[in-house]
Amino acid sequence: MLDLLRFAAPVAFASLGETIGQRAGVLNIGLEGMMLSGAYAGMLARQTGNPWVGILAGVAAAILVGLLQLIFVLKLEADQVVAGTAINLLALGVTSASYRKIFGESGELLSIPSISNSVLIGFMVLSVPMLTWLLFKTRWGLALRAAGEYPDAVQASGFSVVKLRLQACLIGAAYAGLAGAHLSIVNAASFQEELTKGRGFIAIAMVTFGRFNPAWAFVASVVIGGAEMLQYRLQAQSIQAPPQLFLALPYVFALLVLVFVGKGGRAPGALGIPYRKEQ
Amino acid sequence: MTRFVPAIILILLLSLWAFGVNPITGCEIIARGAFGGEVGLSRTLVAMTPLLLTGLGMVIAWRAGMYNIGGEGQYIIGGLMGASVAKLHFGGPGVILLSTGLGGAFYGALAGWLQVKRGVHAAISTILLNFIALQILAWAVTGPLQAPGTTASQTATLEPDQMLARWSNRTDLHSGVLLAILLSFAVWVLLSYTSFGFHLRLTGENPRAARAAMLNADRIRVQAIALSGGLCGLAGGVQFLGTSGVIDVGFNQQWGFLGIPVALLGGLNALGALASSFLFGALMAGTQSLSRSVLGGDLLIFVIQGAAVLAFLAMRRREQANA
Repeated sequence: MLDLLRFAAPVAFASLGETIGQRAGVLNIGLEGMMLSGAYAGMLARQTGNPWVGILAGVAAAILVGLLQLIFVLKLEADQVVAGTAINLLALGVTSASYRKIFGESGELLSIPSISNSVLIGFMVLSVPMLTWLLFKTRWGLALRAAGEYPDAVQASGFSVVKLRLQACLIGAAYAGLAGAHLSIVNAASFQEELTKGRGFIAIAMVTFGRFNPAWAFVASVVIGGAEMLQYRLQAQSIQAPPQLFLALPYVFALLVLVFVGKGGRAPGALGIPYRKEQ
Repeated sequence: MTRFVPAIILILLLSLWAFGVNPITGCEIIARGAFGGEVGLSRTLVAMTPLLLTGLGMVIAWRAGMYNIGGEGQYIIGGLMGASVAKLHFGGPGVILLSTGLGGAFYGALAGWLQVKRGVHAAISTILLNFIALQILAWAVTGPLQAPGTTASQTATLEPDQMLARWSNRTDLHSGVLLAILLSFAVWVLLSYTSFGFHLRLTGENPRAARAAMLNADRIRVQAIALSGGLCGLAGGVQFLGTSGVIDVGFNQQWGFLGIPVALLGGLNALGALASSFLFGALMAGTQSLSRSVLGGDLLIFVIQGAAVLAFLAMRRREQANA
């Protein structure tokens, strides 16, 4: 069970945070870039010998990248998909270029001592009731969800939509950083260019699958983690099938989920729409 | 487009400096790599070709309100389709190129259909399809399309008469660049002067007006992303038939992603994309030269492009505020 949760952790952390952001009305296409930045910074800081420094550095890096994206998404009211895509390109370029510069030509695997970290897993599991409570039982959570449904009404009742979205997205970015750092420090115990390999997008798909509810998004992520674990197990048993079939499994699963969940009836009404204050 | 040139140069200087390269020497190396004589200029044009084709694809899709981020997957599927047709030996470059376009169009239409019929946001489905295409690529070049009698993970090399014509044997410049330039004028005419283009733009800009005009917006969106995928597939085909004549696991060089900044900085306009693809082609050829002296130098293109899109967003915002 702990093994399964460890496999699931990167997608699970990311989708937990992304649920909060999407509930506030922001679709974070840059999630992949934030995870990648978290993974890279985490790997760099892990070299100090203390894994916790690595985890913290990963979170800090993702928050910084998140802030950069949020300047565009919230302050400049830019298109969320365009800004997120730019962040992804930027994160891929900066991490790969600096990785190659520091660690040499190949930019291939670099091993760091692996650790097993049940504290992080514990925090992940605890996050589920914690975020559920924040989102559904507090006044702040109510305002936040309203910011994703009827931003004008929230603004009219004295809240700041921008501030609510900022808070939600920063929580999302911090979780994305945890996801990335967990991936490089615990799961892979290494780094390579584009280590995240689309896990950020899988996490976004899991948020839809989980009906924008932290608990269900978590369950969905564990299923994806299961698919990934299965892929390793099956490969290890050298079954007569192309390995690519298994490698494609999580993506196919995420896509099928989206196809069958369809329009995901419960999507926040103002998801993905930049909020413009009425002048 | 021209408004962004100073911003891009500034970003280039900053990223060179941040990368620990003397900006002046760096720019000199890049300029020589991009424009230095026949060889440099042809390298720029060769890099520009797939950028322009994928960029045109993005112009069409994004103008219709379809966020196609799957240029990469469509490029791969196009290339693989071309390799399959080439293996059958029943046509020259024209037939192979057509099949690459159809392959990409199919893959694009799939994402379009998913959005229109199943409500799956194209920005997410196309990304997932990219990763699936990557696995299909890895499988194909070690399986059904692997060069017979080898263990190398690549397709058989094309026959000389299947390749695109070249002007000289000293450079890699191939006739695909002309095709791409011609297509940029074709896309410009299509979007600006035909009723289909008008409907497409209306669907993207004002879906409500499109509905009021009794347009079938869903159908137009699927057509737009299919056309977009077709151009990305063609980019794969031109790269396959124009440069090495071989497809291996490293076939996709992020051309599909890089088409997005090309299209955006070209103002989502076909002729703008022509100009910006030349600029980015030059940067690409130049940073390739840079990577010979600076490890990872060729990866700076992603940094520059990502930063350029952010600069584009900021500048557009300022213009809107002033308007």
